[in-house]
Amino acid sequence: MDEALLRALTPTVIGVLCRRGADFATAEDAVQEALVEAVRRWPHGSPRDPQGWLVTVAWRKFLDMVRADASRRQRETRVGAEPPPGPGGSTDDTLRLYFLCTHPALSPASAVALTLRAVGGLTTRQIAEAYLVPEATMAQRISRAKRTVAGVRLDRAGDVATVLRVLYLVFNEGYSGDVDLAAEAIRLTRELRAKVDHPEVSGLLALMLLHHARRAARTRADGSLVPLADQDRGRWDARLIAEGVEILQAALVRDRLGEFQAQAAVAALHADARTAEETDWVQIVEWYDELLRVRDSPVARLNRAVAVGEADGARAGLAALEELDPALPRFTAAAAYLHERDGDPATAARLYADAARAASSLPERDHLVRQAARLNARRGP
Amino acid sequence: MAKYLLLKHYRGAPASVNDVPMDRWTPDEVSAHVQYMNDFAARLEGTGEYVDSHALSPEGMFVRYDGEGRQPVTDGPFPETKDLIAGWMVIDVESQERAVELAGELSAAPGAGGRPIHEWLELRPFLTEPPTVME
Repeated sequence: MDEALLRALTPTVIGVLCRRGADFATAEDAVQEALVEAVRRWPHGSPRDPQGWLVTVAWRKFLDMVRADASRRQRETRVGAEPPPGPGGSTDDTLRLYFLCTHPALSPASAVALTLRAVGGLTTRQIAEAYLVPEATMAQRISRAKRTVAGVRLDRAGDVATVLRVLYLVFNEGYSGDVDLAAEAIRLTRELRAKVDHPEVSGLLALMLLHHARRAARTRADGSLVPLADQDRGRWDARLIAEGVEILQAALVRDRLGEFQAQAAVAALHADARTAEETDWVQIVEWYDELLRVRDSPVARLNRAVAVGEADGARAGLAALEELDPALPRFTAAAAYLHERDGDPATAARLYADAARAASSLPERDHLVRQAARLNARRGP
Repeated sequence: MAKYLLLKHYRGAPASVNDVPMDRWTPDEVSAHVQYMNDFAARLEGTGEYVDSHALSPEGMFVRYDGEGRQPVTDGPFPETKDLIAGWMVIDVESQERAVELAGELSAAPGAGGRPIHEWLELRPFLTEPPTVME
């Protein structure tokens, strides 16, 4: 039984049902039930036409649901007629599902959950496990999201930028569960790129590939973080890097820069360096300047300040840092790092300890505590 | 989304506004309080924000390792001065503002006279996984 195939077919089948007149919410439920049935029956041999099979079964489920609903309300219903003839699914259907599931009326978390289910073909249980919440809670989040977009027409194009932000969230906040959310985000971004011609879609895909390439080197076996400079670059996935760089270059020549292309360019420069010392920090600073031009953000400014510290020396980095709000996440960690580079281990140790208390993730906190401990041990009791 | 722990204390938190011990309430007031807590949890499940909740017995003890081959040392019951946790609820919300809003609602659970207890709840963010993109 090919789960990947089933999941890839999910949005197409939802699209077919919607074009036959089904409402999105019920169609989505019907397709989920058809997927469950496929998982149960396909081990004894997949059908010759998996998509046709899913459409037939999902449509039957849909009719059952509507009839049950109608008889519950004891109301006349016109449903039950043969479906109108139509093509068997199209690229546009799936693209519209991306827009619907990431509709701006949805909160980011709802958009993420709905996208993973309706476009990604994941079950509610899988999504719940990935985000460490009970299945009932995730089910409610998804049905609320469906109610929110119930009035949205499926035949309108949306804004690609909102889709990209949701896919970025899936990638960047991916927890380590049974479902590999980072890989799922990459798959969905690839699918999107096959359906819509937009350099930022390529930019995001390149960004994901370039970061995903470092995954094996990013954490030790015990789960502790390895900073970029200390990573074993031999463990970076050269194939993913090559693909990311190629996609990025093709996007950049189109001269429509966006935030994801700029971030991917930074990641590509890191990937280019065989050792941390060979990193072209001057060019990285230039890309951060580009990034700030297309999308100014405090986080980008903070990252730029760290890059300035590498390119022009710790003093310059600290000066760049001084213009920023100290309440920014990772501000204190960046200050600690730059003070150490500036030859002030006492200040660095104190700031690392402060940064550890403010860290929002356990591996980061442990890493920062170790940095403080390292400096304090060197200075003696 | 971010997960937060709402901690309820038997003691150790600042005194609530409607500070009457539960055994001095009327039985109906106790029932109303329990109902409020259940309704609150059910409502959060409905909004997709509920993760977990549990009440703890006030009984308990301190336990510590006492060296190789020895039984752990226990100490208890807890002294009257100890901060004592009564239970928790874990929520998964969009923002800290939302977490504060929900904690405020939980703190409004009715107590003596059917009036809100205005109980102090401890609100603590969970440490999360680190983001993938950090540079």
